[in-house]
Amino acid sequence: MSDTPRVGPHIVAAGSPGSPEGRRGSSVSTTGSLLEVAGLSRSFRGLVALADYELQLSPGSIHGVIGPNGAGKTTLFNLLSGFLRPSSGTIRLAGADITGAPAWRVSRLGIARTFQNIRLFGDLPVIDNVKVGLQRDARRSIVSALLSTSSFRATERELTERATELLERFGIEQHRDRLARHLPYGDQRRLEIARAVATSPRILLLDEPNAGMNPVETQELLRLIRRIRDDQGITVILVAHDIPLVMNLCDRIQVLNHGRLIADGVPAAVRADPQVVAAYLGKGRDA
Amino acid sequence: MTGDRLRRAGGPGAVILLVSAGLAVLEASGQAFWQGLAINLGIFTILTLALNLTSGFTGVFSLGQIGFMALGAYVSAILTLPVGLKDAYLSDLPDWLAGVHLDQMAGPVPIGFLGATVVAALLVTAIAWLVGRVLMRLSGHFVAVATLGFLVIVRVVLFNADTFTRGSRTFSNVTPNTNLWWVWIWLLVVVYVVWRVKRSPVGREMLAQREDRLAAQAIGVRVLDPRLVAFVIGAFFSSVAGSLYAHFITSFSPTVFYFDLTFRVITMLVIGGMGSVSGSILGAIGIVGLTEVLRRVEDATLLYGLSQIVLAVIFIVVITVRRDGLLGQREIPLDRLFLRGGLRRAAATVPEADQRL
Ligand SMILES: Nc1ncnc2c1ncn2[C@@H]1O[C@H](COP(=O)(O)OP(=O)(O)O)[C@@H](O)[C@H]1O
Ligand SMILES: Nc1ncnc2c1ncn2[C@@H]1O[C@H](COP(=O)(O)OP(=O)(O)O)[C@@H](O)[C@H]1O
Ligand SMILES: [Mg+2]
Ligand SMILES: [Mg+2]
Repeated sequence: MSDTPRVGPHIVAAGSPGSPEGRRGSSVSTTGSLLEVAGLSRSFRGLVALADYELQLSPGSIHGVIGPNGAGKTTLFNLLSGFLRPSSGTIRLAGADITGAPAWRVSRLGIARTFQNIRLFGDLPVIDNVKVGLQRDARRSIVSALLSTSSFRATERELTERATELLERFGIEQHRDRLARHLPYGDQRRLEIARAVATSPRILLLDEPNAGMNPVETQELLRLIRRIRDDQGITVILVAHDIPLVMNLCDRIQVLNHGRLIADGVPAAVRADPQVVAAYLGKGRDA
Repeated sequence: MTGDRLRRAGGPGAVILLVSAGLAVLEASGQAFWQGLAINLGIFTILTLALNLTSGFTGVFSLGQIGFMALGAYVSAILTLPVGLKDAYLSDLPDWLAGVHLDQMAGPVPIGFLGATVVAALLVTAIAWLVGRVLMRLSGHFVAVATLGFLVIVRVVLFNADTFTRGSRTFSNVTPNTNLWWVWIWLLVVVYVVWRVKRSPVGREMLAQREDRLAAQAIGVRVLDPRLVAFVIGAFFSSVAGSLYAHFITSFSPTVFYFDLTFRVITMLVIGGMGSVSGSILGAIGIVGLTEVLRRVEDATLLYGLSQIVLAVIFIVVITVRRDGLLGQREIPLDRLFLRGGLRRAAATVPEADQRL
């Protein structure tokens, strides 16, 4: 990891310029937010899963979203990543309106995500899981693949190298050629994050990445997330139940309850917020 | 590096030489029965590989493949039919088509036949592209039903476009251009293309979206793209198989290209293993061989229909007991034949990934 050059906080990983469309509007908007969300709401047949959500995401930050089960955190991620269309509200990425864009496009524009329930390409080798994410800017025509041209082979070799490096950085290179579904649980989580990082995102959404991990694994994960931010300048939004993890890691925290924001601020302020204590932290401490 | 490439080419190269020698012997032997069987096997292997690409790699179950085969058969047969025969058999053909006769020879090679096969396949590919742009957006079970609808539509069109197809009457007198070499060289092309596609970026996208559509979208895969590529290439080769078939049996009607053939190819694919190129080849060999044996049993016992029942039973047993078929995703790593340790060592030590490919 240390050999990766440190880049500015709001620039994508060095050496991955990204697709042309992906980096449109590279300048961060005048407000200085990488992601601006306004009035974002989503209901499911009358059930309001998320209401009037607001966000000004600072580039290079690690942003936490916490809240009890059913608070709307995953719904928020599904909206931000294009898997759900909002009932109302807008999402702007670096000034460009991406509201309602389909998931594949949102990904190419620079928002990557993991899923609360791990979703890997189970019957594919670990390395192919990350290659599919990496190959976006290394794609060649099918004709060159059929002819196996030297430039095609060079690109594939480079892709394999980059994929191997990525696996090394995530400490799972020993599983390189195993099928993803055969990995131990914690390594599956890592692989899913590695696959998301492979797309060279500007923003990485992690949905309860430490779910099912023991405290030691959670500590390792915490360091890993910091490194992703520090070394690659990827801005992170993190959903987690683990209060200490979020408090330790995040620059800013939002608290959701029944789909509504009940607090938004630096960790110390949120921790002290009586409403938060009542709705969530109190319960968390009891448990 | 180059030495390694050469050695990797050694395994497949040796197999190609061996098969060619076998075909040459078969050709010289004049054994019409075995020649016919080898031609049948080649055509069915092409169909199975094409379906593997369309459905095995992508998880999008297409039941319309034989429709593409039918179109390939009719279009190519019309193109190679001599002008005189066109007058007699298809007297209402529009003028621009009535004068077309692809019988050009390059020395002893009927390249007109090659041209007809390719023209038909390109036309079918264009149709597949149009159909695929709509159908490949559907998920899972809906694609199966919709592609089945396509098969039915093709059949109805073939029955009713009697200006071109003679409708329900037999389309006969097709030039018997197909021989061992045509079939097996096309088969070689298909194996090569399908193998390469599997290991290409778009192939990885096919497999990824098959494994998890949402996860694939989350890393920027527009699911329609790899599916459409698979569908279109599969249609191209299905059409080629149709052309080879038409110029082999030389007379056919729309009824030939229907459920029976569809089911046969699906059985070969499933038995070999969806997603495995070597599996498709094994599946085709197994089922073509078995069908031949069963046909003899039928003749001896007069229990006609037995072969279809046996095939259906095998199919049901495989999908309930061993859904991965013979090989599942895995491949026989022929390219390792001449690497250190060879096949067996490879099977033992090569990481899972390489066994799969
Ligand atoms: N696809 C859906 N259809 C219907 N209701 C949904 C759907 N997704 C989420 N919900 C509901 O929205 C609410 C918020 O869910 P979710 O966003 O998963 O919460 P969290 O991730 O905070 O636990 C829950 O009541 C959940 O049942
Ligand atoms: N936006 C989403 N976020 C999380 N899970 C989803 C989402 N949309 C669908 N799912 C779930 O993912 C699973 C797979 O869905 P999908 O791939 O669409 O089905 P299919 O196998 O028919 O293609 C389903 O159980 C579905 O409910
Ligand atoms: Mg959730
Ligand atoms: Mg699915």
